[in-house]
Amino acid sequence: MPVVIGALNQGFLQTLKLFSITLLGAFPLGLLIAFGSLSKIKAISLTTQFIIWIIRGTPLMIQLLIVYYFPGLVLHTPIWGGGESGRFLAAAIAFIINYACYFSEIYRGGIQSVPVGQQEAGLVLGMTKKQIFFHVTLLQMIKRIVPPISNEIITLVKDTALARIIALQEIIWAGQAFMKGSHGISGAIWPLFFTAFYYLIFNGVVTVMLTKLERKMEYFR
Amino acid sequence: MAILEVKNIRKTFDKTEVLKGINFSLEKGQVLSIIGSSGSGKTTLLRCLNFLETPDEGVIKVNNEILFDSADPLTRSESQVRKKRLHFGLVFQSFNLFPQYTALENVMLAPTMAAKEKKIYDTEKENIKSQAVELIKKVGLAERMNNYPHQLSGGQQQRVAIARALILKPDILCFDEPTSALDPELTGEVLKVIRSLSDKNNTMIIVTHEMEFARDVADHVIFMDGGGICEQGEPRELFENPREERTKQFLSRYKN
Repeated sequence: MPVVIGALNQGFLQTLKLFSITLLGAFPLGLLIAFGSLSKIKAISLTTQFIIWIIRGTPLMIQLLIVYYFPGLVLHTPIWGGGESGRFLAAAIAFIINYACYFSEIYRGGIQSVPVGQQEAGLVLGMTKKQIFFHVTLLQMIKRIVPPISNEIITLVKDTALARIIALQEIIWAGQAFMKGSHGISGAIWPLFFTAFYYLIFNGVVTVMLTKLERKMEYFR
Repeated sequence: MAILEVKNIRKTFDKTEVLKGINFSLEKGQVLSIIGSSGSGKTTLLRCLNFLETPDEGVIKVNNEILFDSADPLTRSESQVRKKRLHFGLVFQSFNLFPQYTALENVMLAPTMAAKEKKIYDTEKENIKSQAVELIKKVGLAERMNNYPHQLSGGQQQRVAIARALILKPDILCFDEPTSALDPELTGEVLKVIRSLSDKNNTMIIVTHEMEFARDVADHVIFMDGGGICEQGEPRELFENPREERTKQFLSRYKN
């Protein structure tokens, strides 16, 4: 039992790492993509929208496989190196790009939902577009996007399991290992089932935190 | 000498000519009321003066300085426009207060940004705050200055918006139907504030549907119709002896 928990904890640590890195990368990249798709320059907005279509239109699992295997097997230039750190890097990049595209659409909706009057009020007060974005629009936008982003974050917690497809040693991988044999235990299926509790508890914590954030912004409408 | 000169302003949206060559001038300390039915181009004219729209043709001069000349592309550049905007202030029909800031913070935001940009915020900080408090008191909201917009009535929000425009000391303060979103009870308190500003020699342009108020407070009235100035003159003259048929028609709807 302690052996299993120890192994699962280690797998869960990898899950957590992938989860945090994805958020850290996808939050800012998503904003960049949102600006791209809102750009007045047609070439930029069309290209961005095309990329969003590809990423949202194909399974994350396929994207993981392509990011991980394409450089080595097709281009014959393995850039990820072997081992767990290479797999982690590939997984992180696939996850960041995928989630950034979903976030960007939520951001875009958030930006567009702030009334134009807010921007105009800032302009006639002599503020720059940058000042208006950071001091007027941004917080109103964040308030509006917290509920839909929360949904994505909770989905991400569980989506990290997909990294199993390139053998990243996250928690599902660790649980499954006890079926084939690991740490001297084999044929045990309960560790795999047990991983569900990890996700459940973690999502509970995430939900509480996101609800708090939502409450924090209730002071204005 | 005129503080504001507007020459031949034209603006077309999607083939519809909204402004068909507007000409007028305004003396310092004068109050101009612009009246006319919806869609006559009043709001577009104010938006052109505040550089929220770019006229297709025309010249705008303030204190004899050319702010906008459709023939001179230099006057259209973004960085230029920002400075020129500050000659004008604009109070919107829908207030457009920033919801995440208190009344006082709304008034302080623009000067704070400007001071930070010039790196004089540390020395200006107290000054900006005392000016803002002063203005909030002037519009009668001393008790509510730490309230957020959603905690204020429409009339109170509009008064905050007026204070927010005043703190930048614009040469010309524009009002775009400032009471149209308010019920009659709240209209009075906003008009009172505007009236007190006119007594203190502020130069103002007021687009309004409050005919009695326009007549009382204005030194000059413009009646716009179909994108042009149909008639203009002294308020008494225009309201009592309108020359144009269209003006008579319009005004008769406001008399009971």
